[in-house]
Amino acid sequence: MGQEISRRTFLRGGIAAAAGLAAGSIPGASAAAAPQEKKQLATLLDIGKCIGCGACVEACNETNAHKYPNPRKPFPKMYPNRVPVEDWSEKQDVADRLTPYNWLFIQQATVNLNGEEQEITLPRRCMHCVNPPCVKLCPWGAARQLDNGISRIDSDICLGGSKCKKVCPWDIPQRQTGTGLYLDILPSFAGNGVMYKCDRCYDQIADGQLPACIEACPEEVQTIGPREEIIQKARALAKETNGYIYGEKENGGTNTIYVSPVPFEELNRAIEKGKGKPHLKPVKDTMAQANNLTTAMILAPVAGIAAAVGKFVKLTKSSE
Amino acid sequence: MRVQQTAISKVPNRTVRYAYLITVFLLTLTGFGQMPIFKRYYIADIPGLGWLAQFFVTHYIHYLAAILILALVAYIIIDYLMLQKKNFRLTATGYVRGAILAGILVSGILLVIRNLAGSQFGPWFIIFLDLAHLGLVMTFLMVTGYCLIFKKQWTNAR
Repeated sequence: MGQEISRRTFLRGGIAAAAGLAAGSIPGASAAAAPQEKKQLATLLDIGKCIGCGACVEACNETNAHKYPNPRKPFPKMYPNRVPVEDWSEKQDVADRLTPYNWLFIQQATVNLNGEEQEITLPRRCMHCVNPPCVKLCPWGAARQLDNGISRIDSDICLGGSKCKKVCPWDIPQRQTGTGLYLDILPSFAGNGVMYKCDRCYDQIADGQLPACIEACPEEVQTIGPREEIIQKARALAKETNGYIYGEKENGGTNTIYVSPVPFEELNRAIEKGKGKPHLKPVKDTMAQANNLTTAMILAPVAGIAAAVGKFVKLTKSSE
Repeated sequence: MRVQQTAISKVPNRTVRYAYLITVFLLTLTGFGQMPIFKRYYIADIPGLGWLAQFFVTHYIHYLAAILILALVAYIIIDYLMLQKKNFRLTATGYVRGAILAGILVSGILLVIRNLAGSQFGPWFIIFLDLAHLGLVMTFLMVTGYCLIFKKQWTNAR
């Protein structure tokens, strides 16, 4: 009972005692997961513990069902014809990949561990990047990053252009046609539905509860807490188990840190990849290339001013 | 201390004018490329224009062109204040275009800040910035079109 209460209250603002209690005894909550709204929260996924039971997937579906699309049919005719209709409403039970109706799935890999062939399972969902390209490059601000590091797509505003999916290194967001704001604007010529993905149960976290997948896991695969502490925990776990880390540096850093007993190169080779089934490859910081130009942007007006002043001085001297 | 009149009449010179025009064209093209329209409407299918459908490429070129426009605008403003103002004055359409351009630059700079890790702009402010940036560009293009048709200059001789 005490554990249950602590699990439900670990993030609640102002209940420091509960957080303190949680620190020592609750695996789901990081040891020092005191509520700090401005700090990014990360999750640690200990792949070695995952048994692939699917309880997290089930819990995710139950908890987030009210956010799933309810498309209006028939869909508007799209112009030009090349615009793809993406309809998952008749395939809502698909659970072996990401869809607008399935924001978390279990990925499987058969790998060689200590000379033995072993089945490894791992939950896959949005990585919740520290500087998420899906959020930063959304043309309308429909994707947003919360102060606690959650990236979420506002289904009331999203037009379904799928840019977020194209700029996501893992192609996480999934589109459902026939729903959302585009139907009220120019449904045949702009937009194509709404993009959906894991929002790490932002509403539950706001209520002081754990995300459904963490709460439901019988093996306590996941831990949530401030990013710095989760990274420390991940490193300690990796050291202790001779494991490997994924997500700490990928795409400039994410808020989903996996620790695996086998190298991620090997896991990546072994998992089934493709549409709705993200890879485990190393990922460079996609936002860094443009952001590295910021310094030049600051210096540019200085260079312009210097050139104009230089010209003035030159003309003044030549006229004397 | 007087500056030669012949030198003034050459400013802004042809190089600066062309640099400005090319930069504005690139900014407009890559700016519209931030919306998923070039692939949908076959523009990116035109040989040589496939890069318009690659968001990180258009984003990077947009930043490069933004560096150029900031340098050019700073140069033109200071040049005008130090050399041109005595002999030329901004026209009404010059003021209008300048004000719109200033709005585009300010919203663009704020969007660059938004794109840095750790930026803390609120969601509604970001939506406002996105829409303002696009709306101001559309307005700028329309006003520029009007000025081209009716031969309105940025400045007149005093």
